[in-house]
Amino acid sequence: MSDAVLRVENLHVTLPPRADRSHAVEDVSFDLRRGELVCLVGESGSGKSVTARAVMGLLAPRVVASAGRILFNGEDLLRIPPERLRAIRGAEISMIFQEPMTALNPLMTIGRQIDEVLSTHTQLSAAARRERLLALLSDVHLPDPASLIEAYPHQLSGGQRQRAMIAMALVLEPKILIADEPTTALDVTTQAQILQLIRELQAAHGTAVLFITHDFGVVAEIAHRVAVMQNGKLVEMEEASRVLNQPRHPYTQRLIAAVPSLTPRLRTASQGPVALTATKVTKTFRTGGGLLSRERRVVHAVKDASIALRRGETLGLVGESGSGKSTLARCIIRLIEPDGGQVRLGELDLTAQTRRSLRRHRRRIQMVFQDPFGSLNPRYKVGHLVAEGPIINGVDAVAARARAIELLGLVGLDARAADRFPHEFSGGQRQRIAIARALALEPEILVADEPVSALDVSVQAQVLDLLAGIRHRLNLSMLFITHDLRVAAQVCDTIAVMRHGEIVETGPTAEVFARPQHTYTRELFASVPGRAWSQRACRR
Amino acid sequence: MGGFWHRFARNRSAVLGLAILAIVLLMAAAAPLLYPGSPFALAGRPLSGPFGEFLFGTDTLGRNVAAGIAHGARTSLLIGLISTAVAVLLGVLIGGVAGYYGGRVDDLLMRLTEIFQTIPSFVFAIVLVAVMSPSVHSTVIAIAVVSWPGVARLARGEFLSMRRREFVQSCVSLGMGDLRIMFRQILPNCLSPIIVTASLLVATAILIESGLAFLGLGDPNVMSWGFQVGAGRTVLRSAWWICTFPGIAILLTVLAINLVGEGLNDALNPRLRSA
Amino acid sequence: MPGVSGTGCSTQDFDVRRLRFIARRLLQAVPTILLIVVINFLLLHLAPGDAADVLAGEAGSATPEYMAALRARFGLDQPLYVQLFVYLKNILSLDLGYSFRHNQPVLTLILDRLGPTLLLMATTLVLSVSIGVLLGLLAATGLRTWRDNIISVLALVSYATPLFWLGLMLIIIFSIQLDWLPTSGMETIGAFYEGWDRVADIARHLVLPAVTLSLFYLAVYTRLMRAAMLEQAGMDYVTTARAKGLTERRITFGHVLRNALLPVITVAGIQTGGLIGGSVVVETIFGWPGLGLLAFQSLFARDLNLLFGIFFLSACLVVVVNVIVDLIYALLDPRIEIA
Repeated sequence: MSDAVLRVENLHVTLPPRADRSHAVEDVSFDLRRGELVCLVGESGSGKSVTARAVMGLLAPRVVASAGRILFNGEDLLRIPPERLRAIRGAEISMIFQEPMTALNPLMTIGRQIDEVLSTHTQLSAAARRERLLALLSDVHLPDPASLIEAYPHQLSGGQRQRAMIAMALVLEPKILIADEPTTALDVTTQAQILQLIRELQAAHGTAVLFITHDFGVVAEIAHRVAVMQNGKLVEMEEASRVLNQPRHPYTQRLIAAVPSLTPRLRTASQGPVALTATKVTKTFRTGGGLLSRERRVVHAVKDASIALRRGETLGLVGESGSGKSTLARCIIRLIEPDGGQVRLGELDLTAQTRRSLRRHRRRIQMVFQDPFGSLNPRYKVGHLVAEGPIINGVDAVAARARAIELLGLVGLDARAADRFPHEFSGGQRQRIAIARALALEPEILVADEPVSALDVSVQAQVLDLLAGIRHRLNLSMLFITHDLRVAAQVCDTIAVMRHGEIVETGPTAEVFARPQHTYTRELFASVPGRAWSQRACRR
Repeated sequence: MGGFWHRFARNRSAVLGLAILAIVLLMAAAAPLLYPGSPFALAGRPLSGPFGEFLFGTDTLGRNVAAGIAHGARTSLLIGLISTAVAVLLGVLIGGVAGYYGGRVDDLLMRLTEIFQTIPSFVFAIVLVAVMSPSVHSTVIAIAVVSWPGVARLARGEFLSMRRREFVQSCVSLGMGDLRIMFRQILPNCLSPIIVTASLLVATAILIESGLAFLGLGDPNVMSWGFQVGAGRTVLRSAWWICTFPGIAILLTVLAINLVGEGLNDALNPRLRSA
Repeated sequence: MPGVSGTGCSTQDFDVRRLRFIARRLLQAVPTILLIVVINFLLLHLAPGDAADVLAGEAGSATPEYMAALRARFGLDQPLYVQLFVYLKNILSLDLGYSFRHNQPVLTLILDRLGPTLLLMATTLVLSVSIGVLLGLLAATGLRTWRDNIISVLALVSYATPLFWLGLMLIIIFSIQLDWLPTSGMETIGAFYEGWDRVADIARHLVLPAVTLSLFYLAVYTRLMRAAMLEQAGMDYVTTARAKGLTERRITFGHVLRNALLPVITVAGIQTGGLIGGSVVVETIFGWPGLGLLAFQSLFARDLNLLFGIFFLSACLVVVVNVIVDLIYALLDPRIEIA
């Protein structure tokens, strides 16, 4: 095709010896046309980021683009001298990254960091550069550009930082913008704004965008064409509507099928007795300062939050990061001491227990954590980890171990798993182990804190199925914390929406999704990427 | 364990350090066999030059310098190891409690630690030994007192970050007791940085001990490298060897321990060595 | 949307805020100083023999009645907490006691000797930080070349060399063998130089002590700087800078260097205490007439008042240096709010 601005041909990228495989990218070919937005999609380890970095010549040391060509304007980027590559970087091809906080130099003002691109690639005078800078910052809709130039990265919010990164990338109107998961670290409402901005700037300047993401919602939102990668290979490249609605490759089909629908499942409301209530729970954090320092920062993490969970019910706590949902959950099981309010577990007043007497009751309410790499002590074998809870609660070691093996079976792992260490398992398997560990104490209530957000979408679906099955079989009540409304729609009977430490809306999931009452809830739902696509897919 | 040795051995200078350390250890162990009797005993004519009758010559009173070095190795290693052990125990306990419990306890203990860190350590050690009167015990106590704050800060940081880790939170929610969590769950996971720090502390302790002995604050009944250098100071012009050889012994031992410490660091924290 | 804080304020505002920052840091140092005084007091009491014993020892023999009278005069018969209170009051009014050996107030003695020690410490600090940063930079930019290897080996050896031995070896080489530099003192006795001649004379005397004291810290900063440069070079913002098309040179000097200097400054603050300890040894060897030599002399004269006075003052010195270091750090790192 003649209007391709970038053409990748048979790209191979090799990993250093002794890595878990020899190639990060194998025989990948695709092109990027003028004014087009191509999404490069795949799960972790698929090679999508490595491909993008190969284009910029930014591969990690000892990771080498060993074969193939990357053609830009008739030049092969893999074979041009370093000076030429530097002249292209930032001026003709530029890049933005996932975490704008670390991607900016903390000791340099935003203005100077953007200005560096201009002073490196142009002969403009200082005054002309400043004018350009100010215009650019208002183009990316940053408030008060004149004072923003003097600001340091830590003085901006996450969304503002990403806008500044985008300004930096687009200052010389490059032909190509490479965006490596630029919205993954952002909240869903901020994500919606940044996606909007990228779309807007791309339309205005005709920039070709290579957008790396793992999220099909985002793909549905912005992509013209989609390239799907699996284990370093490109399995499918098609128009976006085609890939999203009629995927051809079995892997793509599986990925798309695993994306949870935004339409809540039909379910009958639980009529069981109330198993857990939290009444007006409050937690305020004071940070900074030792004994003498006066300036303490006060964060009202949870303000007067009340919830009630019935037997056999799943209650979803949803909200963006910093909304207090995790803190509320930890206050309920007293991993964090609440400042005020009451938590009752059946007849038991949990908040009235002393630290010591609480320990006897802990087994009734168990928790599954987000990070499957951090929630298991790496020094112990899996069998020990699962049996540990019952043993410290007085069960004899042999019986506890037998039960542990049974439980590993329940979560879909075989008995041999008991004799291995956590690091020998994949993320999804570890989350299964963590679930078995929590279930070993036969709790009445399971608190799951973002249990699938660290997992790839296909694994995510399996773990959610497992949780649903177990909950059903054991008639467990579950408090399910998530930032992902798609997951909430599939898992929860009731949801409570949190913002700035307060619960702004509670109701049956189907009800809240269909008719959100609070303005924030509406804004939150409107921000979910790929909303239109999901609804269309559902109607079909 | 095999993996550990493999990673350790990949650092060639660490292996060299281990070899030197082994020789020093051997020398310390064999001192009573190599040079029986007291190293303070007069062995020959005062101020005999080195590489003659006596390998490293004799000092102003006619004591054998080589015998002093061999016996001094026992003192240096012993004081280095014991004072480090005391400092690590104290530091891990204080830092661990501060990091685990946080809040007021942490504020108070860390304030105390900071104050101890503010006091110039070598001057503090001098004052302590001067007050307690010089002996092996007072040296050990003085070195431990000035060394624990560093360990405490390290342990506090480790315990604090581990406390927030989800596996510890999950143990709390299982109903596990504080002591069990601290010693069975957290401590094993932050042992590597503590071991590395401890190994480097042994080297520092040997330097402090020799400095004290050099100033005349060592145990007068125990031979020590620092004492030997101090004793030779007055005859620096005529008898260079008295100061030189014990100093080289200190240098090599401290260097060897530092090399081993770095090797341990590389072997125990492989993720830090990606480049 | 959260506003942009900390920008657009006048320099005058900034000066006021800086003063407040210093004032607050000094205030925070008060409990530190108090606790040091208490430790001082307790140690003094642990020491065998009190001031009366010392005086009685001076006078030769003493009757028990005379001793009791002496104790009463010094308040040594009072309960411990009263003595502590008196001690605190004295120290806070800068009365550090009296040295019976020198027949002078401790404070006068200390102030006389403070100048030479500060000169030695400042020279050492400047030498070790500047050369250490430079060597660390050279090593990090030439990673795994002969340059890096030589610097790293030198740093390792210097890091393991005992100060006192190094000082003696330097004397053997540069004073005894080559006869280039004087072995002791701060000035040539009996020469009575004036003006620049005097400065040059002091500088000649300063070379060996300063080099001796510097070498260990030089090694510390070299290793630290090298490690910090390598750590920073792996940061995401370096990738961003590379993606902007900057040259490696500009990335190193414009971005990495300043970030890597921060830990060096922190450690330089922490090491001040060590520097004072080192100066006891170095001043003793080179007869440098500073606090360290005074401490050594008081140690063997069992002049505990003087020793504790020096101990207290050196701790105060560390506190002051730490405040200065915090201020420098706050100037270099915009993330530290000094308001």
